[in-house]
Amino acid sequence: MSADDRTPILEARGLVKRYGHVVALNGADFELYPGEILAIIGDNGAGKSTLIKALSGALQPDEGEIRLDGDPVHFRSPRDARRAGIETVYQDLAVAPALDIATNIFLGREQRRRGPLGLGLRLLDKRAMRREATRHFAELQIGVQSMSQPVENLSGGQRQGVAVARAATWARRLVIMDEPTAALGVKETRQVLDLIARVRERGLPVILISHDMPHVFELADRIHIMRLGRRVAVVTPQTHTMPEAVAIMTGATRAELDQALTTGES
Amino acid sequence: MTTTDPTASEQAGWTSDALELGRRILTTPAVGPFIALLATMAFFSFKSDRFLETQNLSLVLQQVMVVGVLAIGQTMVILTAGIDLSVGTVMALGQIVMTKLAVENGVPAIPALLLGILTCVAFGVLNGGLVTAIRLPAFIVTLGTLNIAFALTHVVSNDLTFPGLPSELLFFGRTFSLAGGDFTYGVVLMLVLYAIAWYALTQTAWGRHVYAVGDNPEAARLTGINVNRVLLSVYTLAGLMSGIAAMLLVARTELGDPNAGQTTENLDSITAVVLGGTSLFGGRGTVIGTLIGATIVGVFRNGLTLIGVEVIYQYLVTGILVILAVSVDQLTHRRRA
Repeated sequence: MSADDRTPILEARGLVKRYGHVVALNGADFELYPGEILAIIGDNGAGKSTLIKALSGALQPDEGEIRLDGDPVHFRSPRDARRAGIETVYQDLAVAPALDIATNIFLGREQRRRGPLGLGLRLLDKRAMRREATRHFAELQIGVQSMSQPVENLSGGQRQGVAVARAATWARRLVIMDEPTAALGVKETRQVLDLIARVRERGLPVILISHDMPHVFELADRIHIMRLGRRVAVVTPQTHTMPEAVAIMTGATRAELDQALTTGES
Repeated sequence: MTTTDPTASEQAGWTSDALELGRRILTTPAVGPFIALLATMAFFSFKSDRFLETQNLSLVLQQVMVVGVLAIGQTMVILTAGIDLSVGTVMALGQIVMTKLAVENGVPAIPALLLGILTCVAFGVLNGGLVTAIRLPAFIVTLGTLNIAFALTHVVSNDLTFPGLPSELLFFGRTFSLAGGDFTYGVVLMLVLYAIAWYALTQTAWGRHVYAVGDNPEAARLTGINVNRVLLSVYTLAGLMSGIAAMLLVARTELGDPNAGQTTENLDSITAVVLGGTSLFGGRGTVIGTLIGATIVGVFRNGLTLIGVEVIYQYLVTGILVILAVSVDQLTHRRRA
């Protein structure tokens, strides 16, 4: 599959971000194509989170250009990115635990009743929001008993399910997932990984930041490798092995790579 | 023993169902406080024959009226995990502004009331502005404005009381008879305010945002809620409630008194909120619970007076009461985390 003849949904050229003398991004490029899961891997300090923050509007790059569907964009805040149809899922379960599931899904985007009750009295349409939330949960096959139970009664995996469902509900272009399973146990991680695959099935491209190589190689269509503030390679699970990807990521020498490969195969 | 007795296990199932039902009833917001209110009322009705008389109960409501209105604003602030220590002294200042304008400057009743309320709203905006713009802890900000309002009350009043108020200022102290008891229009106004606050907190997006900001401010911000605007709105509303409470206090005491509302009302408003089941950690609680909590505080003060407990011991009891309620809040919070 040659991805290069299509227009990327999201694209970045030569992103630079400096903090004093520290160069967090040093001319990083980036492409995300329709319908794919693109994993971003890199050692600590390689510039993963700075890149993601630039793409999601959480920070503004000093240099470089970001294009959405081919058009240049300047996100001054996460709100701008959200308006453009980019939703982000964070590792630390960014949900309101005391509020119920439907409320969390619609938080900040509440639906009001039609007519004078909604316009004049600003009355919420709770039933419609519960119905919508139920529909999204069914589509994503997230099993919960009721949309009106508080999120704190859910397991960690289900809570992250709420965060993913919220992102999938509102994202029109793409979803960014920043270490979505970092806070979860083994079984719950499995649920969330399956969920990420289903988000792709619904046609939404996903940017997945993860430390976990087996998960990356299982889910990703392409793997974007960061090192020293740049993209050093884009590989696929078909063309490269995990030790090779790790070697590129850490800048290992040829000899070290061969060593890694023999150990990996034995 | 390997055989199981079916009736025993059935019975165990039944008891666990009953326990579950009991747990659900007790954890339903405002049910716990309501049971506490009934228990308190039962206690005082055993101790004093006069307690349950309609005349006494309507007196309790009139005593509840001022703290009850203050506690509405306090509930909204505490739901955002903040606190407003200034509501009582801000109310005192508002009351002095209203009565001084009316008595000394001959300002007509309605503009006098509005200017007093506006003074309180200004303090609310000041509290909210300092909490959001400079990100100071609400505790310190409102401790500061508590003292500022206290000082201004004495400066503006020159330590004088303002009696002989025009009758329009006393409207909310007027009574009407219902079911053998006398109720003031102020009590009606308080109940209307509670209804409005309930609606705003539970049926509008703004209310959802108030809970979300207290529950997890970072998540609220990430979902696009303007956290600062929500915080500013609750402190401003707390100021507005202080202003309305000032109007009710004037109507009840029939004079402007620089020493009114400076000792018990602050703590009582917080006690009412916490007794009503709202968590000081934010994000949990109901305004209906607060109404019950305010009534519990009122019943305690009234009942202790009826059975002849000296005022100073009433302070002791309410102090213990608020610490007990906060401890329960802390323990349930720890169990959740």
